[in-house]
Amino acid sequence: MNTLLETLRIGGLRSRIELKQFMRQRESVVFTLFFPVILLFIFGTVFKDTIAPGVTFSQYFVAGMIASGLVNTGFQQLAITIPMERDDGTLKRLRGTPMSVSSYFIGKALLVTFLMIIQTALLLFFGAIVFDLNLPSDPLLWWNFTWLVLLGSACSTVLGIAFSVVPKSGRGASAVVSPIVIILQFFSGVFFVFTSLPSFMQQLAAIFPLKWLTQGMRSVFLPDDFATQEVAGTWELGKTALVLLIWLVLGLIFAIKKFKWSRE
Amino acid sequence: MSSTAAIQVQGLVKRYGTKTAVDGIDLTVESGEIFALLGPNGAGKTTTVEILEGYRTATAGQVKVLGFNPATKGSAGQKWRNQIGIVLQSTSDAADLSVFETISHYANYYDNPRNVDQVIDEVGLREKIDAKARELSGGQRRRLDVALGIIGSPQLLFLDEPTTGFDPEARRSFWELITTLKAEGKTILLTTHYLDEAQALADRVGVINNGKIIEIATPQTLGGRNNAPAKVTWLENGVTNQILTKDPTTEVLKLSQRFGGSVPELEVSRPNLEEIYLKMIGELR
Repeated sequence: MNTLLETLRIGGLRSRIELKQFMRQRESVVFTLFFPVILLFIFGTVFKDTIAPGVTFSQYFVAGMIASGLVNTGFQQLAITIPMERDDGTLKRLRGTPMSVSSYFIGKALLVTFLMIIQTALLLFFGAIVFDLNLPSDPLLWWNFTWLVLLGSACSTVLGIAFSVVPKSGRGASAVVSPIVIILQFFSGVFFVFTSLPSFMQQLAAIFPLKWLTQGMRSVFLPDDFATQEVAGTWELGKTALVLLIWLVLGLIFAIKKFKWSRE
Repeated sequence: MSSTAAIQVQGLVKRYGTKTAVDGIDLTVESGEIFALLGPNGAGKTTTVEILEGYRTATAGQVKVLGFNPATKGSAGQKWRNQIGIVLQSTSDAADLSVFETISHYANYYDNPRNVDQVIDEVGLREKIDAKARELSGGQRRRLDVALGIIGSPQLLFLDEPTTGFDPEARRSFWELITTLKAEGKTILLTTHYLDEAQALADRVGVINNGKIIEIATPQTLGGRNNAPAKVTWLENGVTNQILTKDPTTEVLKLSQRFGGSVPELEVSRPNLEEIYLKMIGELR
């Protein structure tokens, strides 16, 4: 029990120092936190159409952007920064201290959660004032929103840690990771209405968590009767939770077993 | 093996595929000793040290560091790290954190950390306490590495090429820091390319080449240095003369008699550690 508390305490301290470092890197702040907001402005301004009665494209887009924000702050950010930490000696130094591995992971998870809160708040704020985004009033929708964000963050975090073994170097990490995220965003109905995509893209996207997250977020931000326009004709929240849980468990097992502390 | 030894290694072997990096090393470092490991690049120094630090696992052989097998996984291995300090080869991590932020954060990891302010004074970074790591010079950055190595008040400190890239003044003050740590009773395992550094700091040196220890001795006796012929030089009739002799005292006395007192520009020197070392490595090539 004592060691568990200690692990959590050190994890908390790590998240503080990680956040400090994150905020001091201007490019990471802009790229990770503000990029989705910038995209919202571009897409919201260009596509002014209404895609269903009372549903503007920007509303559809905000739901997708919040979901892909989970992928940006978790998966993308970690899969790029962890290889950099492997290169600059951070991981090796930490490995040589009594800090437990769990504390390192906890620090990352807390960092992602915190960044996600900031990013979502920014998107909702700008969405509401610039594009008249309707925020849900039903508490049930906010409850769905909360578990989607928490489960999505957790999933995105462990997959980011797991995927950090792929890039050979910190310098090349962005080139490996970013295209995957962008393609996933296209396939998962972030930039386009999902049902207008070719069916092979839809089927491919259904394997990955992002499609389910975007759909879940639409259930929160779009009118309930829009569900009939989804592929299955319903929001499929139960299936969404299941898919995310499966990825979470697979990611966790892989991250724990395969995490690389050094390049060799 | 003595029971007070900080490091005990027997028959250590490390292979990568068919390549043998470490080929049967025996080594004992006593508690409170400064031991320098010397050897050319690729000789197996870093592999050996990283096995002792717990970063790599041995292919064969016995390794005990502070009575513990460094390859032990899990929380026992993490606990053991409370007693060791590691100064890695050049790093560039935590570039956006200040000296104080980094050192005080790392202090949290240890059961028994040293006082953060005291450590900052010891490594001479008081004036740079709020500077970001990226703003430090190479030597200052290395001092930060040392600070992070000693913040947990380790019994055993590993220093991997600690003064590479230092100017002579920075190196001198670094040596003073190491001497202070020795006076506190720390055991230090040092790898270095600088023979004068080994000579100034080490109680014993071990020369490693092709994965094998060639010799372990004090810096004064390595390679038979204490018995090697000394070189006596002096100025006579405007010409520098020199002789090699096993008995320089007698030669100097003779010269003194011949000159009827002081001998112009008299110099007596034994081969320095670097010459001995290069000869040892050269003979094996």
